[in-house]
Amino acid sequence: MTNYIGKAVKRVEDKRFLTGKGRYTDDIVLPGMLYAYIVRSPYAHAKINNIDTSRAEKMDGVVKIYTGKDIAESGINGIPTGWQVNFKNGDTMKEPPHPLLVADKARYMGDGVAVVIAESREEARDAADEIDIDWEELPAVASAKKATEDGAPLVHDEAPNNKCFDWELGNPKEEVDKAMKQAHHITTLEFTNQRVVPNAMETRAAIGQYEEATGKYTLYTTSQNPHLTRLLLCAFVLGIPEHRVRVVAPDVGGGFGSKIFHYAEEALMIWCSERLKRPVKWTSDRSEAFMTDAHGRDHISKAEMGFDKEGNVLALRVKTHANLGAYLSTFAPCVPTWLHGTLLQGLYVTPKINVDVTGVFTNTVMVDAYRGAGRPEATYLLERLMDTAALEMDMDPAELRLKNFIPPFDGVEQPGYQTQVALQYDSGNYHAVLKRALEMVGYEKFRKEQAEARKEGKLLGIGFSTYIEACGIAPSAVVGALGARAGLYEVGQVRVQPTGKVSVFTGAHSHGQGHETTFAQVVADRLGIPLDDVEIIHGDSDSVAFGMGTYGSRSLAVGGSAIVKSLDKIIEKGAKIAAHKLEASEEDLEFAEGKWTVKGTDKSIAFGDVALTAYVPHDYPEGVEPGMDFSSFYDPANFTYPYGAHVAIVEVDKDTGHTKLKRFIAVDDVGNVINPMIVDGQIHGGLAQGIGQALFEGAMYDEDGQLINGSYMDYTMPRADDLPSFEIDRTVTPCPHNPLGVKGAGEAGCIGSTPAVVNAVMDALRPFGIKKDLEMPLTPERVWRHMQS
Amino acid sequence: MVTNKFDYIRAESVDDAITLMVKHGMDAKLLAGGHSLIPAMKLRLNAPGVLIDIRKIQELRYIKKDGNKLVIGAGATHHDIATSELAHQTYSMLPEAADLIGDQQVRNIGTIGGSLAHADPAADWPGVMIAAGASVHLKGPDGERSVPAEDFFTGFYMTELQENELLTAISIPLPPEGTRSAYKKFMQPASRFAIVGAAAAVTVKGGKIERVKVGINGLADAAFAAGNIEKALVGKEPTEANIDAAVEGTGADAMVMADHFASEEYRLHLAKVYAKRALMAATQ
Repeated sequence: MTNYIGKAVKRVEDKRFLTGKGRYTDDIVLPGMLYAYIVRSPYAHAKINNIDTSRAEKMDGVVKIYTGKDIAESGINGIPTGWQVNFKNGDTMKEPPHPLLVADKARYMGDGVAVVIAESREEARDAADEIDIDWEELPAVASAKKATEDGAPLVHDEAPNNKCFDWELGNPKEEVDKAMKQAHHITTLEFTNQRVVPNAMETRAAIGQYEEATGKYTLYTTSQNPHLTRLLLCAFVLGIPEHRVRVVAPDVGGGFGSKIFHYAEEALMIWCSERLKRPVKWTSDRSEAFMTDAHGRDHISKAEMGFDKEGNVLALRVKTHANLGAYLSTFAPCVPTWLHGTLLQGLYVTPKINVDVTGVFTNTVMVDAYRGAGRPEATYLLERLMDTAALEMDMDPAELRLKNFIPPFDGVEQPGYQTQVALQYDSGNYHAVLKRALEMVGYEKFRKEQAEARKEGKLLGIGFSTYIEACGIAPSAVVGALGARAGLYEVGQVRVQPTGKVSVFTGAHSHGQGHETTFAQVVADRLGIPLDDVEIIHGDSDSVAFGMGTYGSRSLAVGGSAIVKSLDKIIEKGAKIAAHKLEASEEDLEFAEGKWTVKGTDKSIAFGDVALTAYVPHDYPEGVEPGMDFSSFYDPANFTYPYGAHVAIVEVDKDTGHTKLKRFIAVDDVGNVINPMIVDGQIHGGLAQGIGQALFEGAMYDEDGQLINGSYMDYTMPRADDLPSFEIDRTVTPCPHNPLGVKGAGEAGCIGSTPAVVNAVMDALRPFGIKKDLEMPLTPERVWRHMQS
Repeated sequence: MVTNKFDYIRAESVDDAITLMVKHGMDAKLLAGGHSLIPAMKLRLNAPGVLIDIRKIQELRYIKKDGNKLVIGAGATHHDIATSELAHQTYSMLPEAADLIGDQQVRNIGTIGGSLAHADPAADWPGVMIAAGASVHLKGPDGERSVPAEDFFTGFYMTELQENELLTAISIPLPPEGTRSAYKKFMQPASRFAIVGAAAAVTVKGGKIERVKVGINGLADAAFAAGNIEKALVGKEPTEANIDAAVEGTGADAMVMADHFASEEYRLHLAKVYAKRALMAATQ
């Protein structure tokens, strides 16, 4: 039994996770290790007049205190960004320095100003309280829109009006304006897609270790992409030699995007270790995580969609202010532009689209990719427009979508679909997912129930969302042309051991996704060997040749494809050895069920025997190298495009405004599925996060740039009892351009669900008339006020 | 999250705890369940030099009937009360409220005495104690005394507890025949403390309300008895219309709180809604 693809194999990694035997960065204790505590700015914007560390230096256990001045004097660079987006006029985006610790002024609440290194975590923490800092508070700005107004406080002197870039995509503005003029109806929404905190279960941590005797550096870190972190550390920040630097991302407890980025603490720990000749560990506490992990979303948008009399979409015009935070995080400029603007075609045949985005610096922590990254913002915008338009034009929201969907195409017989906003969709049957969702909901029956409920004064509502996302990031040449400063291929190495056991080295990184199971299923299935004979190795730059890591639902589509390429090479080489051993020609052999058989005979040789022969090549084909170990780089031909239809049913308590999510239906198409249980889990988790944004979550900065809900007492995470038992199903439209036909499942739930919930609440509130839009999260008080107004 | 340095002493008895409090004075804090104190210490908002651990004092952990009273030791955990048949028979709002506190781990460790002494305005027990007409028993170096729950909560995290006094027990008079109770809570979604919690104990005789007591927590700086409701309902039939009329003006005199979850206006509105819900549950 070696047929593993499509089976709900239990996760092999769960034994260690469920028994508490996972090994996370903070679990690692090295001989002679020191502990770092980072002193952070309590102000959003403040000048540092003086730092006095003299008292703290005398505290028990303190080894050294470094400040931003020490960093500046050492001449190292700051944290770089990996994506360049230029101004419309061609000027390069503003890229102000982002030092590891600031010396002159703090630009957000949480900006690092000093690091205390001590023999214990407790001593480091105690000493930090004894550092005297003479702060001069400056006016701050937290809102992206306010930050661009004249007279707003400047986060960086080199960025007038706090603009990092302005950017445009799609059809020329004049064409869109012209199409809008012909519209029978225009739906306009102005809203904030609020800032959310990623909240990975494991907070960030880093250990820097410099060994003087060998000149080698090791960084243990909570990263989704250790090789990229190494590249940035070596080539941009510290200038240390890449071949003597090892970056290890061991077990990592969730990332949701927030651990893609290279953070200052990683470089800082290496820098400190090199000076002190001892390993140094820093572990973020939860308050620090709220303040310093890169946040997600935070767009202020105005969106207009024009329709003809029949409800056909004529044009879409979007203007977005995207909050980037105080500095540019690794992929920050890409998220609101190339991951947002490019998705505004959605599933619709909209003939004219123009999107205009201004990237803005503010006195808040950095904003970067968070599960979905740009695509949830695009989906929210489109899907809120759709339901609102249906309401305003008195049309059925499902009908309106079906009418405007792009017709089905498989990407093989029919070509891919070229959008107005730079992408070519790979394959899709968008009608099928929505129709299946309507069937699962029992749509007609629900509308009757809703009418009855309304008579009794109950507020029942249904909301739709149909989405598409660009995943499998990404063709290197394409993203290079769009401003990426890295390639986005993946590496997969397959090493068959002499005994026929298989070690697989992947540049993807698992931090909850279950790669150790899914990837092993692909390998075991292709080689016809037991799953237990396959080990997936990831997260260590000394064992894995290279890699671009895990984000953007790319691991299986790109990383899995790289592994498949190596498997093909293994099978090809194995056939040569098998042909020699079986005294047959390669063409007469077939490989199945883990053995090569001479077609039409019972003569065969097992995979394990071929492996042993490769390493003990006594009786061996001429001209064939010994060994069985292949590495491949896979650079995808295109993005992949998962899509789906989500439906929410809610009931609003008319006395309190509290929303109860009663049902949630999700029909997703993520292409072929390797492990349906893991895909279900990914969908469930994504739905919880997307619903969380709709109803509960939201980082709140006040006017002074103070984060006022930086704890679980104040920041609402979705909990199990807030959510119904999800009703999920899938259609399968294989990706035509990767060998597994997979599209990616990591972000789908998070992208589709948010607008469905908001639309459902707006539908529930319909008896109160059509009113101004509600802002997320839809807290009970906001909903209650909406009913009162 | 690292606390300041502190010393730790385990008290063996109530008297031992009092002696230790006298010895260490303002530098000491009592540790019961620790679910409010320890997070505050980790955030360095509270930095006692000495923690006097009273968790292991067995004489504080009980729920018993004493004559015509139910007596709950300060060391009884929320879980103890949630699962106590005696508590349930006395007032069903007792286990009902206990079940709405935190999660199972919190309920297993957190104590009723700790919650009342801490007097978080959004905690659940204060309103319930007021509705139950409970008395809070305190012991200090100068002896014992008791304070009606209604007078015990004096403000934002403030109580009648004096320096070196320990809250030892709560006693609740057994309610007359025909009494029912309920606790209804509108939760702050993140912490799950009460934005508004309403506890109602209602005695109905011959179709009329003979006695009614409503305690409200979450709304104001301290839990309080909703006198307006008592006044309006005694002698009336327990109809929805009468209840609707009675809850008008609930909290009008209170120091109503506001935060990013709920404004003053919304909290006042919720107080009416939840007082009504508790009264309806206790009467219909």
